[in-house]
Amino acid sequence: MKHGIELDGVTRMVNGEPHLADIHLKLEPGSFNVLLGRTGAGKTSLLRLMAGLDRPTSGAIRVDGVEVTGVDVRRRNVAMVYQQFVNYPSLTVYENIASPLRLSGRLGPKELDRRVRETAAALRLEPFLDRLPAELSGGQQQRTAMARALVKDASLLLLDEPLANLDYKLREELRAEIRQLFRDRPAVVVYATTEPTEALLLGGRTAVLDEGRLLQVGPTLDVYHAPATERVGQVFSDPQMNLLDVEVTEEGTEARLSPEVSFPPAEHLRGLEPGRYRLGLRAHHLRLEPRSPEDVRIPVRVEVEEVSGSETLVHATHDGIALTAQVEGVRSHPYGAELELFMSPSRCFVFSPEGRLVAAPPFTPEESLHGQD
Amino acid sequence: MSLSRLTAPLYLLASFVPIYWLVGMSMKTNEEILGGFTLWPQSPTLANYVTIFTDPDWSNGYLNSLTYVALNTVLSVLLALPAAYAFSRYRFLGDSHLFFWLLSNRMAPPAVFLLPFFQLYSSIGLFDTPWAVALAHMLFTVPLAVWILEGFMSGVPREIDETAYIDGYGFLRFFVRIFLPLIRSGVGVTAFFCFMFSWVELLLARTLTSVEAKPIVATMTRTVSAAGMDWGVLAAAGVLTLVPGAIVIWFVRDYIAKGFALGRV
Repeated sequence: MKHGIELDGVTRMVNGEPHLADIHLKLEPGSFNVLLGRTGAGKTSLLRLMAGLDRPTSGAIRVDGVEVTGVDVRRRNVAMVYQQFVNYPSLTVYENIASPLRLSGRLGPKELDRRVRETAAALRLEPFLDRLPAELSGGQQQRTAMARALVKDASLLLLDEPLANLDYKLREELRAEIRQLFRDRPAVVVYATTEPTEALLLGGRTAVLDEGRLLQVGPTLDVYHAPATERVGQVFSDPQMNLLDVEVTEEGTEARLSPEVSFPPAEHLRGLEPGRYRLGLRAHHLRLEPRSPEDVRIPVRVEVEEVSGSETLVHATHDGIALTAQVEGVRSHPYGAELELFMSPSRCFVFSPEGRLVAAPPFTPEESLHGQD
Repeated sequence: MSLSRLTAPLYLLASFVPIYWLVGMSMKTNEEILGGFTLWPQSPTLANYVTIFTDPDWSNGYLNSLTYVALNTVLSVLLALPAAYAFSRYRFLGDSHLFFWLLSNRMAPPAVFLLPFFQLYSSIGLFDTPWAVALAHMLFTVPLAVWILEGFMSGVPREIDETAYIDGYGFLRFFVRIFLPLIRSGVGVTAFFCFMFSWVELLLARTLTSVEAKPIVATMTRTVSAAGMDWGVLAAAGVLTLVPGAIVIWFVRDYIAKGFALGRV
């Protein structure tokens, strides 16, 4: 593939309801693309269109400039990995991996064997080649499915939430391997996921899909650090992004969150026109202790706390505004406890009341290495 | 012992009595059967079975029956496989109506179709052949087979089909190599149900044949002769009629419940 795959105004209607609306997307060969969206956003529908399993209601799909919209899936050079572990239950792991090669009929038995074993080795499946898929663990089954997708050197590799059905530990392990395996391939790789963390760890480019519409496309970190709209910010934040209505006063010297809390608009917030705005603040930027003198103190009342791993999510309210803070360590504040949360205005996204990005905090490549800051 | 613990043994006893009595009768002489009440054969004999295996009237009956039953089973399964696949995988105009109509076929009494079949087969020369009975029975077994197979097929995730197509499998190759092994038990159960229907069906089998293709069930009902009933031979024929069914049941014993639920468990 030389010019990649291009979706031109692709729409898919199912029973009169649009599942995908007017998608324009161009994916370069050799690129790793994350398709980020919540459940029901249309990720699977889009992957199925790209694979050729479904036909768009209108619009065109071009591969290397040639229209393939109605071309049968068997005549396309694609590979797909599903969220469910899909293998051929009656064939051994070896035969599962060999299957696409045998069907293409282009390889001699020796070369075929070499390719199968090489791919199996890359996915650490060598000890299981003679087993049936049902005799493997979930992680191994998914590895087999990935091996089958990798072995045929398809020019379009589609992965539909491949790690969603695995437990936490296996997911981390396989995710790290996926970065190695799917990078540096001449193919277009599309990886659909609901998890912002996964997108950040995988890197590449990210396309944000929501309710069948493509909201933003770009390098993953750019999208993360400068979500074009409030909605993109929400989709690309886990836990959810805090959205705070503020008013910048006539003189532009003060941003007011509530009668109690106001602060001078510093740094990238300077120079905002007076008026109403919505601040977007990711949960890990709300803290229990101040980090700098500019940090704004917000008194809150605790509603619920959720401990997840070594972190705690504190759900609280301030003057009727719901806030979520992600803080380190296991905390336990009783319901109704009075706390103080600190936010640094320099970390806030500024959205217009219509939800468009007005200003974003500047980011440097170093801090984005960890994705989380 | 409480009543509930007695229920199962009592039920088993009750259901085994007729079978025991049949087997017992088949090993008695007519004199003993008519002579009085004996719990087991006083002088066990296999003469009745010898009669059946040596008298061509009887043995042909079995052969004829097995012929049309085998024809029916094979044809029904072969026809139902693609139909069931279509119902389970594709949406097409009126598919649900057609599917229900297939089931409603099962509700029609066979007697309704006696006259048309008889007239049709007579006029095209199919009368008194195993094909006549096999084809007539298919009217009932094909819908049943489609329903059972559809249930089993719908249990196979569609993604397996799609992965196979993505990998480059043609339909036939996919169906035989990947799909059939996944619904093996379903095919077995379907064959069993077709077999059992055809094997025990009496009305069509008897009416659509006369001499050449006379089935065993017909032979059994025609044993009244001038010399009276030949009870012992009749009982032996009954035992032999049970055997094929028992053998088939043995093979599909693990899946039969699913079959009765038309594959939807």
